[in-house]
Amino acid sequence: MSATLREDVERVAALARLAMSEEELSRMARELEAVLGYVASLAKVDTRDVPPTAHVVPLVTPLRDDVPAPPMDPGLALSNAPESDGSSFVVPKVIEAEEEG
Amino acid sequence: MPAPLGSLRECREALDQGRTSSAALVEQSLARAEAHAHLSAFVRLRAERARAEAQEADRRRAQGEVRSPLDGIPLAVKDNLVRAGEETTCASRILEGFVSPYTSGVLERIEAAGAISIGSTNMDEFAMGSSTEHSVYGPSRNPWDPARTPGGSSGGSAAAVAAGIVPMALGSDTGGSIRQPAGFCGVVGVKPTYGRVSRWGLVAFASSLDQVGAFARSAEDAAHVLDAIAGHDPRDSTSIPEPAPSCAAALDGDVAGLVVGLPREYYAADGIEPGVLDAVREACAQLERAGAKLREVSLPHSEHAVATYYLIATAEASSNLARYDGVRYGHRAQGAHSLSEMYERTRSEGFGAEVKRRILLGTYVLSAGYYDAYYRKAQQVRTLIRRDFEQAFRGCDVIATPTMPETAFRLGERTEDPLRMYLSDVYTVSANLAGLPGVSLPCGFSEGMPVGLQLLAPPLEEARLLRVADAYQRHTAHHLARPPEPA
Repeated sequence: MSATLREDVERVAALARLAMSEEELSRMARELEAVLGYVASLAKVDTRDVPPTAHVVPLVTPLRDDVPAPPMDPGLALSNAPESDGSSFVVPKVIEAEEEG
Repeated sequence: MPAPLGSLRECREALDQGRTSSAALVEQSLARAEAHAHLSAFVRLRAERARAEAQEADRRRAQGEVRSPLDGIPLAVKDNLVRAGEETTCASRILEGFVSPYTSGVLERIEAAGAISIGSTNMDEFAMGSSTEHSVYGPSRNPWDPARTPGGSSGGSAAAVAAGIVPMALGSDTGGSIRQPAGFCGVVGVKPTYGRVSRWGLVAFASSLDQVGAFARSAEDAAHVLDAIAGHDPRDSTSIPEPAPSCAAALDGDVAGLVVGLPREYYAADGIEPGVLDAVREACAQLERAGAKLREVSLPHSEHAVATYYLIATAEASSNLARYDGVRYGHRAQGAHSLSEMYERTRSEGFGAEVKRRILLGTYVLSAGYYDAYYRKAQQVRTLIRRDFEQAFRGCDVIATPTMPETAFRLGERTEDPLRMYLSDVYTVSANLAGLPGVSLPCGFSEGMPVGLQLLAPPLEEARLLRVADAYQRHTAHHLARPPEPA
C-alpha cells in the first residue's frame, strides 16, 4: 500500500467525521486500494463528449401551490433528540473555550 | 408448527369465501414468525397492532367493505421504511430507538389498501450489502438452507415470504437489494422504475438509485402489491407524475410474438455457475415455447456496470449519511468535550464496518483531486450504460438474464472480501443505473438452491414486465416450490 493512499484515507476519514484507530485506518486503506484498483478500469472507457447522468428521469423541479399548513409540532420534532431543552437541540460547545485548553 | 401462509391470492380467496378471517391470518403469520425465529427474518414484530388492524379489517369485510385485493392480509416491511410512532433502525446502531414522527408514503398507501404489517424485517445496515450479514441484529438465514444467506440487503423480507410467514413484503432496491434476495430465496421480487413508488419516508442510501418494491410468491401477487403502492407522491420530488396503469389488469398470459432479448455479454461472462445458466436457458426456452421470440442483444458497457455503480452509490451514500450526527436523532456518544469530537465518536460508534467503508470510498471519490477521475467519470459511463439499454430495447420488448451468477452463498464466506461481494451484483446494478423496472422469478434449482431469472423492461413498463413474468408462471411450477419445514 502506498503511503499516499494511507494519508488519503486519514484525510478522508477526518472529512467524513469518522474517528478510526491506526489498525482500522490501515485495514480501510488496504480495502480501498483493492476497490480503487478495480474501478480504475473505467479510465479505459472513451467518454469524450458524453454528458454525465446525475438522474435517469429528466429532473424538472416540481412546483406546487403555496398552501399554508401547520408545521410539525416542536415537541415531536425534538422527541428523538439525544439531548434537548424543550425548544432546542442541545450539543456540546461548538467553539472550544479557552478555560478548557 | 403452524402451516405456511398461502399466496396472496389464496389468502384473498379464503377471505372472500369466508373460510378464514384476517384475525386468523395474522395469528398464523405471527405464530409462524415465532416458529422461524432461527431465520432472524424479523427485527421486531408489531403483534398487538397487527391484531387490532386485523379485527378492523374483519369488521370492514363483514359490512361488505373490501378496500383492495390486499385487504386484511399480512405483510412484512423492511426496516428502512418509517411509520409514525414506531421504531425504524435500518439495522444500524446509530438509529437505535429512533421513532419516526411521520409515516412513509408507501406504508400509507399499502395500509390504505388494507394490508396489515406484522413487523419489520432484517437487512444489511442502511441497505449496504448483499447478505444481511452487515446487520446490527446479526444475519438472517435462508429458509432453503439456514447455513446460507438469504441475500441482501432486503434479506429478511425475502426470507419471510419464502418461509411462508407472510405472502407479501416490502423492500428497497438500490443495486439489486430486492431481486438478489428474491433469487436466492426462490420468491418473486420486483423493483419498479425509478420514481414509480414514493420514497417519502424511505431512509436514503443512494438517492439516484433507490427504489421501493415488493416480494410475493407469484408475479400476479406482486402485480397487486405494485398496484397498491405505485403512483405519484408530491412529497417525493423524484416521483413520476404520470399515473401508474394497473399491472394486475395487464396479466393476460399472452407472450405471442413478444421479443425477449438475451444480452450476449451476460451469457458469455465467466463465473456463472453451470446450474444457474442451465436453469435460466431453460426458462428462456419455456418463454419461446409459449410463443415469444428470443433474440441476442448487446449491452457493450456491461463490464463497467459494477465499478460505475459502486462509485455513484458510495458517493451518494457518503452525502446522505452525513445527517447522522448525534444531534437530532439516533445514537450520541457520551462524554465528548467538543462538537467535532461528539460527531466523530458518535459516527464511529454508530456505524458498522461496511457502512464506514462505503462512506470512506464515497468521500474519497467526491474529494478534491479525485472528483473528475472517479465520480464524474462514473456518471459519464452511466450515460453509456443507459444508452446501451435504449439501443437494446429497440430490438426487444424485455431482456432476460440470470438474477445472480450463482446461488446463495454460505454465511461468513464473503465478509472478509468486500470486493468479491460487490462483484456478484453484476446483473442487477445496471437496472438501477438505467432506472429500469426489473423482476426476479424462481426458475428452478442448482444443487438444491433456488435460481432466479431476471426480466428487465423499458422505463414505466412494469405492466409488460409482470405480464411476461405471469405468463411464464402459468406454464411452470417453480414458484410453487416451498423450502423444507424446519425440524
